[in-house]
Amino acid sequence: MKSYVSILLILITLMSGCSSWGVQPWERNKLAEKKMQLEPAPLDSYLDAHIYYSKESSSGGAGVGGGGCGCN
Amino acid sequence: MQLKKSSSVRKMLAVATTSLLSGMAHSANSSGDNGWEMDSAILYYSEADRISVIEPVVSLRKDIGDENFLNFRFVLDSLTGSSPNGAIKTSTAQTFTTPSGNSNYTTAANETPLDPTFHDTRGALNAEWEMPLNKTTKAIFGANISAEFDYQSLGVSANISWDFNNRNTTLTTGAAYNADTINPVGGVPTGLTAMSASKSSTGSGDNKQVIDLIIGVTQVINRTTLMQFNLNIGTDSGYMTDPYKILSVLDGSGNLRGTDPYLYEKRPDSRTRQALYWKTVMGFSEDVLNLSYRYYWDDWDVSSHTVEMKYRFSLGNKHYLQPEARYYVQDKANFYYYNLVDGALPTYASADYRLADLKTSTLAFKYGIDMGNDSEFSVRLGKMNQTSNGDASFEDVDATFVQLNYRMVF
Repeated sequence: MKSYVSILLILITLMSGCSSWGVQPWERNKLAEKKMQLEPAPLDSYLDAHIYYSKESSSGGAGVGGGGCGCN
Repeated sequence: MQLKKSSSVRKMLAVATTSLLSGMAHSANSSGDNGWEMDSAILYYSEADRISVIEPVVSLRKDIGDENFLNFRFVLDSLTGSSPNGAIKTSTAQTFTTPSGNSNYTTAANETPLDPTFHDTRGALNAEWEMPLNKTTKAIFGANISAEFDYQSLGVSANISWDFNNRNTTLTTGAAYNADTINPVGGVPTGLTAMSASKSSTGSGDNKQVIDLIIGVTQVINRTTLMQFNLNIGTDSGYMTDPYKILSVLDGSGNLRGTDPYLYEKRPDSRTRQALYWKTVMGFSEDVLNLSYRYYWDDWDVSSHTVEMKYRFSLGNKHYLQPEARYYVQDKANFYYYNLVDGALPTYASADYRLADLKTSTLAFKYGIDMGNDSEFSVRLGKMNQTSNGDASFEDVDATFVQLNYRMVF
């Protein structure tokens, strides 16, 4: 558990620690575009995750929830 | 003076325009005007000489006011074809009992044994309620149900995200619980007992529980770059064996042993998984690069690296072309055996190639066209190859997939 907490603290520090990162509210026009979202095509991601869950032994990472399947 | 005035007016106009544009884009992303946003896809996936899948998916999103949204996803997937049963190929023909025990099938000499009785149809429904908890915090509560003739899954999930640092940093945390039930054709075989029509069984069904926790941080780097880090921890407990898979048992001279040459596989009944995930989205003029990496490891000793890249080239006039590449490399589970050897049996054993040392390479192209009024049509074509990455080599799996997408607001 300790190692998970350490990983998290390092990540949060890395991600939010740099004061030069970030934009002002009026600089978000590009980031607001659909193609710039983290999941611009959720169904592509859903179908890919379903294929790879059925064909490989690793899963998760991008999010939680959404359901299980036998997929054998 | 005149110049100064005009420059400050220009500045104000620029701010007003970008605010409007960003507002419009936000509303397009969240099905503004209280309408429905529909996203749909149909996937056709086919492996050479093995399984084929047709999978239509429809997702609907509805703005119900006050920043609340309802999301629904309906999935139907229909699978036919043959799947490897786990036995190795031999220089003579082999005969196997079907899972029901009612009939046999024969595999020709020097061919990988495939179970031809493989077919399934699965229906799944996922519903989510997205709601603001306050000005900077949002929650998504979800529920899902999925059913196929031998497998049912019920689940709930909750995700909370908190924006801070002038909305440039988002901390997300989530949890999901799934309760699955399996009722295999012919009952649940006792692990590592002989495959036969009158198989030893531990009952007609069994179950599995899955818990997943995630914590992640998303950071706006600059006007064209976003970055995300997630840590995902999961535990599975219950029945995780594949009731339809077997292992070949060889004698000292490398031939199938005379008595009980095939045993049902057996996997541990618990698993703890971890994944570290990193993703970045970078805009270049009108193009967008989407790059991700995942490191996965678990207490079955499976570990893997996954790298995925998508580059969206804007072709102008509302068209785009997106090449996609994915590379996956996996270290085997500690109970994976290509085959067993006559003698003392291990506690757990599986010959399922998906637990072996393997590599998966995928290459795909997506072409999309913006059809106006928030609607888009796209087509995606891809090829996937899976190959052994170790000394015991299973036969390559080659798959082709075609996917059509249509999105609209109504």
